[in-house]
Amino acid sequence: MAELKGWKDIPIGGLVVEPGSAKKYQTGTWRVLRPIFQSENCINCMFCWLYCPDQSIVVELVDGKPKMKGFDYYSCKGCGLCANVCPKNIDPKTKQPVADEKKAIIMKPETDFVEE
Amino acid sequence: MPLSAIDLAKQFYDKNPGITPGHRLCPGCAAPTIVKIALMTAIANGYEPVVALATGCLEVSTTIYPYSAWNVPYIHNAFENVSATISGVETAFKAAKKRGEIPADKKLAFFAFGGDGGTYDIGLQSLSGAVERGHKFIYIVYDNEGYMNTGNQRSGSTPTGSDTTTAPVGKKMSGKVQLKKNIVEIMAAHENVYVATVALTDTFDFMKKIEKALAFDGPSFIAAHSACVRFWRVADDQAVETSKLAVETLYWPLYEVERGVYRVTKKIKDPKPVSEYIKSQGRFSAMLKRPDAQEIIDELQQYVTARYERLLALEEATKDKPVRGPWSKKDVQTDEHAM
Repeated sequence: MAELKGWKDIPIGGLVVEPGSAKKYQTGTWRVLRPIFQSENCINCMFCWLYCPDQSIVVELVDGKPKMKGFDYYSCKGCGLCANVCPKNIDPKTKQPVADEKKAIIMKPETDFVEE
Repeated sequence: MPLSAIDLAKQFYDKNPGITPGHRLCPGCAAPTIVKIALMTAIANGYEPVVALATGCLEVSTTIYPYSAWNVPYIHNAFENVSATISGVETAFKAAKKRGEIPADKKLAFFAFGGDGGTYDIGLQSLSGAVERGHKFIYIVYDNEGYMNTGNQRSGSTPTGSDTTTAPVGKKMSGKVQLKKNIVEIMAAHENVYVATVALTDTFDFMKKIEKALAFDGPSFIAAHSACVRFWRVADDQAVETSKLAVETLYWPLYEVERGVYRVTKKIKDPKPVSEYIKSQGRFSAMLKRPDAQEIIDELQQYVTARYERLLALEEATKDKPVRGPWSKKDVQTDEHAM
């Protein structure tokens, strides 16, 4: 949460003057399932990036090509849409989900990471 | 030409196009993705987007004080008048341009976003008025088929058999008994308008339609299938999957109407039965337990098949016959207000 301000500190009328200030709000605390990125399986198709409702996919340009780097856990709500749309998570022949070690994105319960 | 996901990522990988993370929409909500794709397409085409929001899920969860998830010019107005508001914004822009306060080559794209409650029911008259006056704006309805913001009340868009708090499934009633209102046809009945349906499953088609709307000389209306993971009672990651099923079962046919000319943009060869769509969602599960469930499904199946056949027939009949507009090359309607 933002620090509480006095009435003299806030803009007149209580206006929100900073565009896109919601970025400061941590929605990552909502997460129940954590997406884990397995870079060796990724084909950088950018589907996860395109569909992510929270724009939590970290992408960098390598030689002018976008490469998936991982997740921004500050804003990721853990909905799992990225894992769902990932073409590497489905076997193209059988249309069934592939084994976890072959997936590019796997969803793990947040309780596995409590020690961190 | 719509850009692929990779081209878009090249351009926007370190930017937040219009909407930023940190909004408090439910995990897995389809609405922010719809907004993101629409605004990205506009920015990629050299437009600066201006956004107006009707009251609804999207508005209340992106603008919780003291934060705003919008980094483009943004205005909110009530449920019933977002179209009136954006038409005023558009007219003000035209007037300022005429007076020379804004460079003449500045390209702005005016977007209005509304939920189905603010479009199908409450905002319909102002939307109709703004479209009739011919303001150049793009209205996008993210259709989650109910008043989801206030906890799943029935709207004009709720499908038959869906369980809502104001039309619950019980011993006497099978949820909502009426059919979903066909807003696309209502909007297409206006003169000189571009109307289209989109779904998240086909983003290429989505972006193509947004580009068409941007280039269209007049108002545009786009209906987007937007899963509400919370009240459709589906898993968080199912927003795209449900839209895919909706398109494949013909529940949500992808088509466009440009000045009365119909075009089915995605033709489905062997449609899946609509029961597959219904059975995949928890909101229909109470209805499915009733003895008359099969009747309701059969009726809906009949309706969607007939509607799709009608669309194909209309496509054939209206081919190259734009009966409506543009009546005048000069933009008379908005100019008289502009000065």
